[in-house]
Amino acid sequence: MLQYIAKRLAGLVPTLIIVAIMVFMFLHLLPGDPARLAAGMDATPETVELVRKDLGLDRPLHEQFARYVTGVLRGDFGRSLRTKRPVSQEIGERFAPTFWLTVASMTWSVVFGLIIGMLSAVWRNRWPDRLGMTLAVSGISFPAFALGMVLMQIFSVQLGWLPTVGADSARHYVLPSITLGAAVAAIMARFTRSSFVDILGDDYIRTARAKGLSERIVVMKHGLRNALIPVVTMMGLQFGFLLGGSIVVEVVFNWPGLGRLLVDAVDMRDYPVIQALVLLFSLEFILINLIVDVLYGLINPVIRYR
Amino acid sequence: MDPVGQPVITDTEHVPLGVTEPTAAPVAEIAAVRTPWREFLRKFRRQHAALVAGGFVVLLVLIAVFAPIVAPFDPESYFDYENLNARPSSKYWLGVDPLGRDIFSRLVWGARISLAAGFGSVALGAIIGTVLGLLAGYFEGWWDRIIMRICDVLFAFPGILLAIGIVAILGGGMLNVIIAVAVFSVPTFARLVRGNTLALKHLTYIEAARSIGASDSTIISRHIFPGTISAVVVYFSLRIGTSIITAASLSFLGLGAQPPTPEWGAMLNSARADMMIAPHTAMFPAIAIFLTVLAFNLLGDGLRDALDPRIERR
Repeated sequence: MLQYIAKRLAGLVPTLIIVAIMVFMFLHLLPGDPARLAAGMDATPETVELVRKDLGLDRPLHEQFARYVTGVLRGDFGRSLRTKRPVSQEIGERFAPTFWLTVASMTWSVVFGLIIGMLSAVWRNRWPDRLGMTLAVSGISFPAFALGMVLMQIFSVQLGWLPTVGADSARHYVLPSITLGAAVAAIMARFTRSSFVDILGDDYIRTARAKGLSERIVVMKHGLRNALIPVVTMMGLQFGFLLGGSIVVEVVFNWPGLGRLLVDAVDMRDYPVIQALVLLFSLEFILINLIVDVLYGLINPVIRYR
Repeated sequence: MDPVGQPVITDTEHVPLGVTEPTAAPVAEIAAVRTPWREFLRKFRRQHAALVAGGFVVLLVLIAVFAPIVAPFDPESYFDYENLNARPSSKYWLGVDPLGRDIFSRLVWGARISLAAGFGSVALGAIIGTVLGLLAGYFEGWWDRIIMRICDVLFAFPGILLAIGIVAILGGGMLNVIIAVAVFSVPTFARLVRGNTLALKHLTYIEAARSIGASDSTIISRHIFPGTISAVVVYFSLRIGTSIITAASLSFLGLGAQPPTPEWGAMLNSARADMMIAPHTAMFPAIAIFLTVLAFNLLGDGLRDALDPRIERR
């Protein structure tokens, strides 16, 4: 098991290197001179030269890359062009709200997705199934930003039940997490349903029924565990989707998180921040995929770690 | 088995969806030969939701094509200052926005943009992805390793993040949005087609083709490619929904189409400021996006059910 994790970690190295190169090249792919971009649009030529020296942009590319990588490893992402503060500090402040929002969304969307998916599979082609799957296909078709605006209009503006923007209390999490989680809940529901439908047709389920077990035990004990295997994989992949989705949702709810930081940074052409966030988001995504693979093996004894 | 267009498609390799030998053996009855196409039509006709959705898509395409005729007013430069924020009426079917523009006309023109973004980006992604997938699956070895490594890297970025990064490099505007959204469709199609190619290439009819001396390019284009089409078509349709949402999201974030362009996501973004006084300016673009994406998703589901040979037994 440990060996497998080590092997998977080693396998990530090439991907990580390519990602790092891509993120590093980001600044150089932008149209225009990176030193001028960093110095600001109305800087004098002297300032631009100073910035070029300061950032080491006058060195050969591979040297710059080495410098960039060692900086990143030490947690140094440079300074924000907008606030002049270290990027790591900017990100540190914004990390927690995004993290908790993602966790909250994931929790409820998995719970609801599983329940709706199971009910749909058990009552396949009957009304609970039709209702559940109609909800699910609507869920994946409703864009998060539109859903967020609708929910805010109804529950915050018209009914006044929940706060509109900000992340100060648990109540603030209700609408953003529903908005962010809706699509994931829908995908989980569809996925759980099809996974369950496959399993409920298996021989061992028939055996369980034949030996007189109640339908509840058949579904919950025999069905659930096996149906969960593909569902866990799906869950991990959706985590990455949540990371991306949080960008849009945070803008709608004016959430003080990483997603809004990214959009603001793109708006303001704050390249060091964009660079660091893209790297951070993809690192998270890669790590989550690794964790999913490991979890997958834990609940599926058939997989042998080689 | 059904990760649905949305963000990431799982293990398409293990689900060689629609892997059928292009020529199914004609069975007994001579009157009704069971060609794959007729099989497909027979099954697709049973998908009522998908048929309705398909009809809606056709209608949308017609509206988009004939936007200048359908739209009663100019979407950008017609202003009615007497009726700011007017609610829907017989003159303004969906009301007027805070600047005095007709919302219905703007939605009609916006259909052009959203459909073009959806079709354009997925088509671009599907073409590049299919070619890469065929090459990777057919030649294996280095081709496979390099192409799949590129896909891994592209998969290492959550979709919209990749799109935002690309837009940050290329700059805003709809064309760049289409390119950005296309890039993240490429790996999906590449993996899908690669999986099918790997499954197909050891079948007898491919060996037969090789044994009579067919060249690699003939085998790929005439014998393997047709076998992968059905899977590509299904994902194409499911992907369009996702891509329309992503493109609209980028415009919503202010990175895609800029006002006054009547793009649905951009319209929603500008409507945010006026939610209190004119909620209908936000409602109708939201409904437009929802119905459009819903139609493509239902159509994709129906196509999948009709093209997936394993569905029959359930």
